[in-house]
Amino acid sequence: MKKLLSLCIAFSIIAIIAACGGSENKSQDSATTETTSASGSESATNANPSYDPNRGEGKFKDVMIADKLDVAMAADGKKAYDIKCSSCHKLTDERLVGPGWKGVSGRHQPDWILNFITNTDAMIDKDPKVQAQLEICLVRMPNQSLSDSDARALLEFMRENDGVK
Amino acid sequence: MKNNKVVSLAVIIALGSLFACKPKNAGNAISGDAAAKAYVAPGKYDEFYNFVSGGFSGQMAVYGLPSGRLLRVVPVFSVDPEKGYGYSEESKPMLNTSHGMVPWDDLHHPELSQTNGEVDGRWLFGNANNTPRVARIDLTTFRTAEIIELPNSGGNHSSPFITENTEYVIAGTRFSVPPDDKNGDVPINSYKKNFKGTLSFISVDKTDGKMAIAFQIECPGVNFDLSHSGKGKSHGWFFFSCYNTEQANTLLEVNASQRDKDFIMAVNWKKAEEYIKAGKGKKQKVRYAHNTYSDVTHTATSEILTDVTVLDSKELKDICYFIPCPKSPHGCDVDPSGEYIVGSGKLAALIPVFSFDKMQKAIAAKDYAGEFEGIPVIKYESALYGEVKKPGLGPLHTEFDGKGNAYTSFFVSSEIVKWNIKDLKVLDRASTFYSVGHLCIPGGDSRKPNPKYLIAYNKITKDRYLPTGPELAQSAQLFDISGDKMQLILDFPTIGEPHYAQAIAAEKIKNNSVKIFKIEENQNPYVSKGEATAKVVREGNKVHVYATAIRSHFAPDNIEGIRMGDEVYFHVTNLEQDWDVPHGFAIKGADNAELLIMPGETQTLKWIPGKVGIYPMYCTDFCSALHQEMQGYVRVSPAGSNVPLMFSTGKNQPAKEDQD
Repeated sequence: MKKLLSLCIAFSIIAIIAACGGSENKSQDSATTETTSASGSESATNANPSYDPNRGEGKFKDVMIADKLDVAMAADGKKAYDIKCSSCHKLTDERLVGPGWKGVSGRHQPDWILNFITNTDAMIDKDPKVQAQLEICLVRMPNQSLSDSDARALLEFMRENDGVK
Repeated sequence: MKNNKVVSLAVIIALGSLFACKPKNAGNAISGDAAAKAYVAPGKYDEFYNFVSGGFSGQMAVYGLPSGRLLRVVPVFSVDPEKGYGYSEESKPMLNTSHGMVPWDDLHHPELSQTNGEVDGRWLFGNANNTPRVARIDLTTFRTAEIIELPNSGGNHSSPFITENTEYVIAGTRFSVPPDDKNGDVPINSYKKNFKGTLSFISVDKTDGKMAIAFQIECPGVNFDLSHSGKGKSHGWFFFSCYNTEQANTLLEVNASQRDKDFIMAVNWKKAEEYIKAGKGKKQKVRYAHNTYSDVTHTATSEILTDVTVLDSKELKDICYFIPCPKSPHGCDVDPSGEYIVGSGKLAALIPVFSFDKMQKAIAAKDYAGEFEGIPVIKYESALYGEVKKPGLGPLHTEFDGKGNAYTSFFVSSEIVKWNIKDLKVLDRASTFYSVGHLCIPGGDSRKPNPKYLIAYNKITKDRYLPTGPELAQSAQLFDISGDKMQLILDFPTIGEPHYAQAIAAEKIKNNSVKIFKIEENQNPYVSKGEATAKVVREGNKVHVYATAIRSHFAPDNIEGIRMGDEVYFHVTNLEQDWDVPHGFAIKGADNAELLIMPGETQTLKWIPGKVGIYPMYCTDFCSALHQEMQGYVRVSPAGSNVPLMFSTGKNQPAKEDQD
């Protein structure tokens, strides 16, 4: 009897699984995605000791920045800013969709900025500062498909915006 | 007692869940592991893309196999509100023809481009049956890139089949008609005298796929039903099935079913090329549209062309040959070796298989039974390899597995029959539900089939799905053909009416998929590269709004100074540069449409306001947590109003006194 019972239960469970499939609900709704990552459900990865909150995560490491501004590069950065960034970021400290850029080059290491603007999704999922920002802005920063040189030029433009001569 | 209750409960649950998954009928055709074979776990990709004609919907559907999941509907010959195709100013020219804009046509046959006789995943061609056209779909964008109209044609059905290196896409007319440069104002019953059938050879550029009508061959007036290219040894030849060799012009159901045999027509297109080079073609004055879509300007252009070069099959004796084929042949299919040509007489109770080698010998020996309208007719026995006897009723189409077997669909007896090409013996039968038309094996009409699955596309669905009123979902059925016996593993509904379909291993396409359009490369004349360039410009009564969209606002989002009588063009550029982030655009009362704009793209909506007032506009594609905030207003004033033209984002704040 007991055997039959367990068999029946096992069978019914298998049948249910077979009938309904694994129903891992991978929502495509960006709002849901934002809520989950903002509420820190991925804290396991946040706690990952391999993540360096100063450098961020991405291809940039130990990027050398000169003290003086590269004026031509900053001008290229302004062009990229106008097309790809200005819709959401002001050059003052005022928040639009995302935070204003005033002081950003002082708040983060160059590596961090370069990694964040080129490897955006991965850093939104892992970086504590970005996640704190997401709780305020509620819009995941889009990856704007910047080339490496565009990213570097943008950093130079941020420095210019922060008064580097 | 208690235990018994639990047992019964468990049994009920178990049975219930089983029945929940089981087809409601003909379930006995399904064996136990069918579900597992068609199961693709959430988050996993399918193994194959399946491109299925949408038939009278005019579109092309894309399914994943083996799951049968609908991945996309590519708009081709009909307007598509979901994608703005045929509605946005940029895409409207794609549907232009010599008859003007045709918003809805009938797409029958997809055909993938090939290299060395293998499907290569670069382009997909499709035919418009009604207003004769051929389209090329770019499989990096899954969009219609080009459409060319065919002059001298009517009912473009034996189309768009290709040669083994995509040298040509071939399109034969189903309905013969008087040539376009002749006076068409003739009695209908002068068919024999005035009506001609025309075959179009469309060249395809090796690098960019651009199509052009290289030449046409004028043939006797009959119906050209289907066609396929020779391959391997028969590369350089093309084969068409012909019916209505009675040349009837009314009640074809009876009058085109008189003769015991109609024809397969063999066309030596290499010879035709030689004649074109030798200047034997005649220029004809015709009119046909050629439309192309640019992914750089994000705009379609349509031009009307006026010249076509035509070869006369009667005059040039050695291009076309007729082979008698029983009873109104439909499918005309060539096996992977190129040696065997299968004609499917749809009213016959046998399948004739012709031999390319025998046909060549017969031509060399002039082993003819006579002529039809000036074209030599090869003796049936001289071209015949053999007949599959009593295979079923109403054979239509044949695909191949590359292992020596052919699979033929039977409409009347509602089954698929597997038979061996060499010994012409039937090996297996599988019922279809119901009345199968076309069938598809990945690469099944190429030199290298990938024979894991076979899909049957059925003409009648009847009781397979939940009823949805008089019109039911069309139906496809997936068979596992990896073993000796065909095994039905899945039913899946399709759009419109599925005619032919093609399938290809996912690897050949998926890594080439375009994710975004680079904003830097956007050359649309109305692009706004960055919010700073957003503006509103008045040119007389035309107002151009150069707008940008990014999560989650438009710039500008407040516009005033529009007046009654204005034509407003919203040129919306999506500034996003990330995959899967389109924005939509809609404005109240727009009697044209909405827009859907891919990342980096510019699309234009023409809007003529109907009355004075405030018109909300908003993003129609959920884009972020603040999607509901992605909105704006347009103020429309009376004609002659002096409200100044102004536009802004985030600056148009209430006046002090209004705030109290």
